[in-house]
Amino acid sequence: MRRVYFDHIASTPLDPRVAEAMFPYLKEFYGNPQSLHSYGQETASAIEDARQKVAQLIDAETEEVFFTSSGSESNNFAIKGMALAQKARGKNIVVSAVEHQSVLHSVKSLEKSGFSVTEVPVDRYGLVDPEDVRKAITPETILVSLMLANGEVGTIEPVADVAKVCHEKGVPCHTDAVDAVGNIPVSVKTLDVDALSLAGNQFYGPTGSAALFLKKGTRCLPYIDGGIQEGGKRAGSENISGIVGLGKAAEIALKELQERTEKVKPLRDTIIHRMRQDVDHVILTGHPENRLPHHASFCVEFIEGEAMLLNLDMKGIAAASGSACTSRALKASHVLLAMGFDHAIAQGSLVFSLVDQNTSEDIDYLFEVFPEIIERLRQMSPLYPKQHEE
Amino acid sequence: MIYSEKVMDHFQNPRNVGTIEDADGVGKVGNPVCGDMMEFYIKVKDNRIEDVKFKTFGCGAAIAVSSMVSEMAKGKTLEEAMAITNDDVAEELDGLPKNKLHCSNLGADALHEAIENFREKKKAPEKTEDVKAGDTGKFSCPYCDGPVEGMEEACHTCQVELDRCDECGNVLRKDEDKCLHCGATKVRV
Repeated sequence: MRRVYFDHIASTPLDPRVAEAMFPYLKEFYGNPQSLHSYGQETASAIEDARQKVAQLIDAETEEVFFTSSGSESNNFAIKGMALAQKARGKNIVVSAVEHQSVLHSVKSLEKSGFSVTEVPVDRYGLVDPEDVRKAITPETILVSLMLANGEVGTIEPVADVAKVCHEKGVPCHTDAVDAVGNIPVSVKTLDVDALSLAGNQFYGPTGSAALFLKKGTRCLPYIDGGIQEGGKRAGSENISGIVGLGKAAEIALKELQERTEKVKPLRDTIIHRMRQDVDHVILTGHPENRLPHHASFCVEFIEGEAMLLNLDMKGIAAASGSACTSRALKASHVLLAMGFDHAIAQGSLVFSLVDQNTSEDIDYLFEVFPEIIERLRQMSPLYPKQHEE
Repeated sequence: MIYSEKVMDHFQNPRNVGTIEDADGVGKVGNPVCGDMMEFYIKVKDNRIEDVKFKTFGCGAAIAVSSMVSEMAKGKTLEEAMAITNDDVAEELDGLPKNKLHCSNLGADALHEAIENFREKKKAPEKTEDVKAGDTGKFSCPYCDGPVEGMEEACHTCQVELDRCDECGNVLRKDEDKCLHCGATKVRV
């Protein structure tokens, strides 16, 4: 059976060149980078080399990059670390309503220790209005966190404008750029943010390897207490091969980002075009233009996402959904609800996110099987109006 | 795969999909807030369920459960059909993931409602049972389906924090903004 992978936002495949770069650090080089002997120095220099490559990808200084184990960890690190470091100044944090759970749950956990959280709304495309952020900031506000790109609907947020508002008010700004870095050009200097999260498995690097950018001078408490690894901010023996892989993936992304975009963007546009042409009652979610180049997301009316995913998987096609039934928590996507979709529509969430390997034949195959799947599920659905007309 | 082969079979080839024009009883349960909606239609002859059809909006488990319930009910007497429990359905399907057990509740509930509907229609029309869910005194956890009395702050089985819906009295998760049972928006104090 043909297998097609349209789930970039969950994880990208590992670039073979990245795997190649990692192998020696799983075999020959195993010294602890903190050790003085030559074994340790070999891995220590490999880590610093990777740090430089990651810094280059986001236009940062080498010493501003801290390695972590996941995008979620980077978000926890930044939000909890920056909030606690400034708690004497104030205890309010501003976030958008469509942030990743690792941001929303981090601020929720801070609420328990006396912090307050202000959620800024989004429009029907999932966009935050920087003026709303301005209104949300109070003298108590010590941190603003706004994602750069939304994994569920693909929308790219006006982070640079929001960071400008923050700095006018003297408040540091963090951005969760996990879905963006490696897929669109990202410069921490252009964005002018104080902290930024990124993850390797979003740009063909290894899962379990991620980083946090902290601008020099940004106040942030250590996330893991212990030794002096990662500038004393994130203790624990380093994930050497993972870090080397992240560095290699960053190096490749910097070089090939444009080429990748040119490859996936037309394919994405074809999915959006054909979805409108071949299937009725389908809504494009997220911003029509200002969105990730590899991202096409929809709500298919009258049916539920998990049922679609299972059917697609049986045909060898991997996609994602934000439906309540798909999430283990059985809650509909907070992103779609914040964008004003009602529960029934949000249940039909479907996300196709493309990877490098996808071809136009993959798209043809998708539309060979998809309309039939939808029709079958709709025939079963009590919400499908055609049935009631009979 | 998160589902048993039997669930996948019923999901892929659901039995008895459709509606019955002149149904003797109709049962509708669920709403899109909780993710699933089921409608059951039954034809009754000589106290037996002669035919049954369903329509379902929901996940793979919800579809498989509807299909299984329809198959289990067909040919049974009304009493036998009323005795079909959620556990029976889940068992017939070789089990369901824990957080999908509530789907099997909906299936049996929809069937039972269709039977009640038939009985009500047959009996004197004034005999309507308007029992609020809150009066029955027995609930299940909206997350794991474990038994819940209704007054506890968290589910004993899975520890999810619980609350009661002001509108219908049913148990819902504390962090839920809308009631899964009736769709009412929760008023936050």
